Amino acid sequence: MTVSPAPVVISNNTPLLDASGLSKTFGIIEVLKDISLTVRAGEVHAIIGENGAGKSTLMKILAGNHQPTRGELKIDGQVVSFSGPVDAENHGIVLVHQEILLAPDLTVAQNIYLGRELKKGLVVDDRAMRAGARQAIADLGGDLDPDTIVSRLSIAQRQLVQIARVLLVPHRIVIFDEPTASLTPHETDALLKVIRDIRAKGVAVLYISHRLPEVKEIADRVTVLRDGRLVASHDAAELQPADMARLMVGRDVAKLYPDRHAAETRQAVLEVAGFDVPGFAQDAGFTLRKGEILGFAGLIGAGRTELMEGLVGLRPGKGKVVLNGHPVAFTDVHSSLKAGVAYLSEDRKGKGLLLTKDLRVNLTLASLGKFIRGLQIDRKREAEALDKAIQDFDIRTGTKNILAGQLSGGNQQKLLLAKMMLLDPQIVIIDEPTRGIDIGNKEQIYKFIAALAEEGRSIIVVSSEMPELIGICDRILVMRAGRIVGEVQGEHMTENEIVQLATGVNAGEAA
Amino acid sequence: MSAVTTDTAKAPKTSRDWDMAAIAPFVALALLLVLGYFANPNFVSVANLTNVITRSAFIAIIALGATYVISSGGLDLSVGAMVAFVASLMILFMNTGAISDPTLMLITAMLVALGLGAACGLANGLITTVGKIEPFIATLGTMGIYRGLTTWLSQGGSITVRDRELQQLYRPVYFGDVFGVPIPIIVIFATAALAAFVLYRTRYGRHLIAVGSNEEVARYSGISVQKVRTIAYIVQGLCVAVAVIIYVPRLGSTSATTGILWELQAITAVVVGGTALRGGVGRIWGTVCGAFILEIVGNIMLLSNFVSEYLIGAIQGAIIIIAMLVQRSLMRK
Repeated sequence: MTVSPAPVVISNNTPLLDASGLSKTFGIIEVLKDISLTVRAGEVHAIIGENGAGKSTLMKILAGNHQPTRGELKIDGQVVSFSGPVDAENHGIVLVHQEILLAPDLTVAQNIYLGRELKKGLVVDDRAMRAGARQAIADLGGDLDPDTIVSRLSIAQRQLVQIARVLLVPHRIVIFDEPTASLTPHETDALLKVIRDIRAKGVAVLYISHRLPEVKEIADRVTVLRDGRLVASHDAAELQPADMARLMVGRDVAKLYPDRHAAETRQAVLEVAGFDVPGFAQDAGFTLRKGEILGFAGLIGAGRTELMEGLVGLRPGKGKVVLNGHPVAFTDVHSSLKAGVAYLSEDRKGKGLLLTKDLRVNLTLASLGKFIRGLQIDRKREAEALDKAIQDFDIRTGTKNILAGQLSGGNQQKLLLAKMMLLDPQIVIIDEPTRGIDIGNKEQIYKFIAALAEEGRSIIVVSSEMPELIGICDRILVMRAGRIVGEVQGEHMTENEIVQLATGVNAGEAA
Repeated sequence: MSAVTTDTAKAPKTSRDWDMAAIAPFVALALLLVLGYFANPNFVSVANLTNVITRSAFIAIIALGATYVISSGGLDLSVGAMVAFVASLMILFMNTGAISDPTLMLITAMLVALGLGAACGLANGLITTVGKIEPFIATLGTMGIYRGLTTWLSQGGSITVRDRELQQLYRPVYFGDVFGVPIPIIVIFATAALAAFVLYRTRYGRHLIAVGSNEEVARYSGISVQKVRTIAYIVQGLCVAVAVIIYVPRLGSTSATTGILWELQAITAVVVGGTALRGGVGRIWGTVCGAFILEIVGNIMLLSNFVSEYLIGAIQGAIIIIAMLVQRSLMRK
């Protein structure tokens, strides 16, 4: 079975999807207010907005997960009302979730056909499903063995499987919810190509993203949401990324990145040489200077995260590490934190914060020793520390008794930063500091990072977002396949040079 | 910015729901007392209730340790067998007559029991953490070992305290009272108070909850997950030893079948008390309440005539399922 979109009549008059006056209320809070938009066949319609602007709620209404409180939906001019996601699918609307929702122990083919297995008599028809899966992946321009176990695939490959799975349903409108959030630039390009192919078949694509340059690249039309309202809807040709950012935030974000003046003489605080993290990084060597922001660029899987985790003792690693002139070897995080080296994981929800615990418990978890009086934890001092953190890092929360999991992504990152800064570290390693964070919070986090460097701390930023590295770093090291393959600074800090180093194309020339 | 309000709207799980889950076992206990009164007015007499609570002491104290292990994300199936094993060795030690002064002998024997309990717990802890074996399997293994060693030590029969004088001296530890309060009840509350202090007020307690809540977050925060878990198993072993210390004087002997299925009763008490089996939440007083509930249900069945006491196992099984359903619905609200 191949991907078979329902027959499409492209008409310029009747939009494929016509939403008018959609509102959605949860309890007493109105999260969507009077949204009207139209989607035409064969167009990519981008929906952008900050976290909490209502994008997800809108998509969930379109995909049948939520019922609108007011307003109506029309498909081909006919009023429809979805009882659930399956009902929406029957009308040809499918959603590609942001999270990868696959069974990790099943194969590619088994995942693609999960819940709708092809049968021959009483038994499943593995041969047909294998062929169908291979075809579905090939239709997306991919090449995967249908028998591969999904847990062995990269994130980008898993996403391809997820898209293939969704597109197996006959579809006319495909919704992508932040599909590139965890992809490298290279993988993002591949995905955008997939989306263009889908569009070329006359399918309408709704595309949600934080990444404005890529919205500019792919979208035919851009709709901006802010605080649950639709603030603008334009042809993409009329908008530049800076315009989109301004519309999203509601003010000028002329400067996303803070001004930095690089100090002249700097002593080395961390020197690494010949460092190996078995299976992930080989022979890594670099020097980090006082007050410096050092970037680590590279594709996902280049070993950046693993190198950092090896350095701070989160995974086995071996090599020469000299901290302030003294050789050190961290075997666990406790010792590296004690020595003043803090690592903030890229996986905030899984490794950074206890989502089901309140802010206070999260804030002091890594530095409880400072809050002990006698045998007990001094809860009053903890509460004071939380007040200070909320103020210093501008953590926006209605009440302090909220669980960490209820904060928005940006505020979670601020809380994680506050948690680690309680340890007063000399070296701060931040992995993907702004992943999944809206532009307003991004700007703040960049300011915090710059301020930490200004205080004389040394910062390492690991990121897949090249503009961000170029915007805030003094120097950038590029990793490829477990090795540091080059360094760029000054006017050489361009996306082009970094990509060349990261992918190995024209590597000789760039190094 | 609307980010926070929106998130709250999507996940209406506030701290108030957790409080509901914490209160639920106490409400259940109160309802049981009322039910007991209607089943048989003698039930609520001071004499009967003290009796029932005294009998719940073993499970209650073991369950306090189980609260630690379960909160840390672990499980210990070996506690019932451990009771028998530690009790056997304690009595065998007393029977050696190595120390002639009975008081000194008794105190030494209690210390030996505590040491043995801690050692058994340490073994469980190291097998699960350093050996990286699932707690279910690891403690299923040690359960077999402790039980088998006990059977071998007792040659399938029982082991009895031989010294009359020692037995007389030891008796009040189970049968005695202070100002009318039976010593086992004092031990329950004293142990629970200590357990609550450590779990809620100290750094170790906070680390334990963090490890149970999300092991990775704990590790990335510089907490030694293995150490925290291992200590939880040692605490469990110590609790078993305390239970043994008040169990031995009750009969003055132990056998190969001592403590059979106590692990399930302890886990039931913990879960009925509101502690999540997946870890990250520990409710000490809830556990004590859970142990009381189990014993009281048995007592009511005994005193009333409309349900056969042979059904007690079935009723306890139903209680654990009902407790889980109640917890689930309170959290989902």
